[in-house]
Amino acid sequence: MLEVKNLTKIYDNKVLALDNVSFQVEDGQFMAVIGLSGSGKSTLLRCINRLVEPTRGQVIWDGVDITAAPQEDLRLIRRRIGMIFQQFNLVTRASVLTNVLSGRLGYTNPLWSLINYFPKEDVEKAMANLERVGIADKAHSRADELSGGQQQRVGIARALMQDPQILLADEPVASLDPVLAHSIMRILKKLNQEDGISVICSLHFLDLVQQYADRAIALNEGRPVFDGLPREIDDQRFKEIYGRDAERIG
Amino acid sequence: MSQPRNRRSIWRSLAIFFAALVILVVYAYGLQVTKVDLEKPKEARRQAQLTNIIRGLARPRLFEYEEKRLEIDAPLMMPCNDQVVLPPVDTSGRYIELTPNCVALGGRVTVNGYNFEPGETVFLYFLPRAASIHEQVELRLADAPIEVNPQGQFTYVAEMRKDRPSDEPQAIRAVVKMRSGLPHPSDTLKDTWDKIVETVFLALIATTLGTALAIPISFLGARNLMSNVVSPFGSIMTGLLLAPVGGVVGFRLFSWLKGLGGGLGQRAWPGLGALMVSIAVVWALILLLSRQTRGRFAALRQGGLGLLAALLAVFALGLLATLGIRLGLGLQEVLGPFAFLGNLIFVIADLLAIILPLLGGLMGLFLFVSLGSSLSGRFLRSTRPTTAKAFTAIAATLAGAVLAALLLGGIAWLYEVENPVRFVAVPAAAVGAIMLVISLLVDVQRPVPTGMIVYNITRTILNALRSIEPLIMVVAFAVWVGIGPFAGVMALALHTIAGLGKLYSEQVENILEGPIEAVTATGANRLQTIVYAVIPQIVPPYIAFTIYRWDINVRMSTIIGFGGGGGIGFLVQQNLNLLKYRDASVQMIAIAIVVATLDYASAKVRERIV
Repeated sequence: MLEVKNLTKIYDNKVLALDNVSFQVEDGQFMAVIGLSGSGKSTLLRCINRLVEPTRGQVIWDGVDITAAPQEDLRLIRRRIGMIFQQFNLVTRASVLTNVLSGRLGYTNPLWSLINYFPKEDVEKAMANLERVGIADKAHSRADELSGGQQQRVGIARALMQDPQILLADEPVASLDPVLAHSIMRILKKLNQEDGISVICSLHFLDLVQQYADRAIALNEGRPVFDGLPREIDDQRFKEIYGRDAERIG
Repeated sequence: MSQPRNRRSIWRSLAIFFAALVILVVYAYGLQVTKVDLEKPKEARRQAQLTNIIRGLARPRLFEYEEKRLEIDAPLMMPCNDQVVLPPVDTSGRYIELTPNCVALGGRVTVNGYNFEPGETVFLYFLPRAASIHEQVELRLADAPIEVNPQGQFTYVAEMRKDRPSDEPQAIRAVVKMRSGLPHPSDTLKDTWDKIVETVFLALIATTLGTALAIPISFLGARNLMSNVVSPFGSIMTGLLLAPVGGVVGFRLFSWLKGLGGGLGQRAWPGLGALMVSIAVVWALILLLSRQTRGRFAALRQGGLGLLAALLAVFALGLLATLGIRLGLGLQEVLGPFAFLGNLIFVIADLLAIILPLLGGLMGLFLFVSLGSSLSGRFLRSTRPTTAKAFTAIAATLAGAVLAALLLGGIAWLYEVENPVRFVAVPAAAVGAIMLVISLLVDVQRPVPTGMIVYNITRTILNALRSIEPLIMVVAFAVWVGIGPFAGVMALALHTIAGLGKLYSEQVENILEGPIEAVTATGANRLQTIVYAVIPQIVPPYIAFTIYRWDINVRMSTIIGFGGGGGIGFLVQQNLNLLKYRDASVQMIAIAIVVATLDYASAKVRERIV
């Protein structure tokens, strides 16, 4: 179980990105985080694996305080938390296979990895994961030769290399067209249901939230404004989350 | 309404007027300081000199003809003596006639030349009586060469010397220098070729050395990589305290191991055998290390094995260096025209032998700092706050005192301070006391931006180095390693490190943050993040900048010789000083060709790669 307690983040330029956010995520849950752009969704996800250092508050995972972990322990925690990104964040000049294998870096011998050597099991695992997201044939292409949807699949395969128990997805489909968006969301849902990976996913479109998520929390200017089931978000709630002038589109 | 607007426009006009006045004064003073004098270039003497230079430069001494020397002699009695009958002159080819053919000391003789080629130049000499043909000298009669008229004749009235009387016939000689055969490359051209090759390779070696060192430094000078490196106050103090210890231990250890390996390497076959064995053992240790291990003492075991492998590797490298030096020297004698290949092995092995202890110092420093700060970090987190505080206070006091002492020791040596012990001890104690107070006031876990400190130091050093032109640096290096291309290599390499270090780190700062974020999120350590997320992004710009720098270095290496750095600049300077403009011209053409060619080539390569 992941517990977020009173999490607050104030950036160096005094911007209050998160304001006293608390929630719990049960193992195996698919939780959506919604809110306007700039409402703190990305900061929240990055505070969980400390890509962003929280200013106050705690993130406790199975009794371990992630926020208090020293750097070396943090590495060991991070390798069980996969993450995928809106911009995919692949190394575009490297091959797909190398990108996927880089998900294994937390586990491999640091010395060998520096000369781009991975054990045979890891390479097989990488091919299996590429197979799973449906692009095994692209393993030896350069990452920038792939379309957006394919790049996000590589991102997911990379996260899977970590044998994650939690998957953080930061707007995973915001750069994709609706058809691709659904295919990516279906993969995430499948991983959530088949492997029991908890998914914490920030999303823009409410219909995606209602179709795939078990639960949703909403942020507005860093403050939690909703925590409940996706279908509970009616027009009234919608206006609370997105502001008075917002119109639903989709 | 119009009143304030009007006033403002008056102020504006006044301001513009004063600005113009200031600019005028600045330029007037500038002209005075730079001694611009338009009268000087008009002077006839200077214009003649300029013409000389331009004519010289316009006629590069690229080719030369073989010269044939034609000597035409006519006998002369000085003083006159009726008893001697002079032989008749052969009038079949070019010949000269003297009137009179006998003359008193210091008298005048009219020299008439016939059957010469029109336009030829003739040099006239007086040949005094000599005991043998080997002692024969030619004394110049005419100050300037004489030009033959269109009829193939010339006349010259020569004033004879007052010394050199003789009873025997003496002679006057006309000399014509004739070109013969085909033109062949001049000696200047050959020298220029040698030096231009030296120049190009000087630039190559300097660029290679500079690039190799600039790459790791550029990571330290990249803000985005360094800004998030922070360490708690307590552990950084421990690390600082251990830094000099690690440096000394590493240096000593590596020197000792190198000596050990070097001793074995003195005998070729046992040395080679030992090398094989140690390589095999290191390999086995690495294989053992690469296995995943778990358990309580796994880290300790891994660390111990790693250390053993590293020490054995250093021993093997020391052995390799000694063997390489011997092999290189041997090959130099055996290979003949390819002796430079032996020299290459010798230089690389020698370099290895030199840098091994330095590398040891650096690695020891790094290891002690990282191990010290991480272990002390663990200790400080787990122990009671008062213990942590006390530990930090001691570490900070000692670290401050030791580092201050080292720094002051350096200053004392540099300025030859009279009483070094007191000069060092008192301020060091003071710094220690200050650190003690700071450590008592500051929280043990307070983060210190170590990364930014390293970043700022790196950038400051790079900027300082970059502001000194290699032409100035080379003077210091020429004193140290002697005048010649090696000094040039070192000066250019140092400047390359500074220049490329800055350009490279700016490229690192320009890379996309996304991949770094993604790789960090997988649990990769800092080094892995650099290898997997940073390096793939910086390869193209690094190659582009290296080629650009190579371009600059070729240009610089053409003038580095002016400061004693070898290469073609040395020849240019020499020839200009000796007023040999025709030779300097050859070298200038060579420089232009090389720079233009490399400019073009590097542009092509950059296009291809980036």
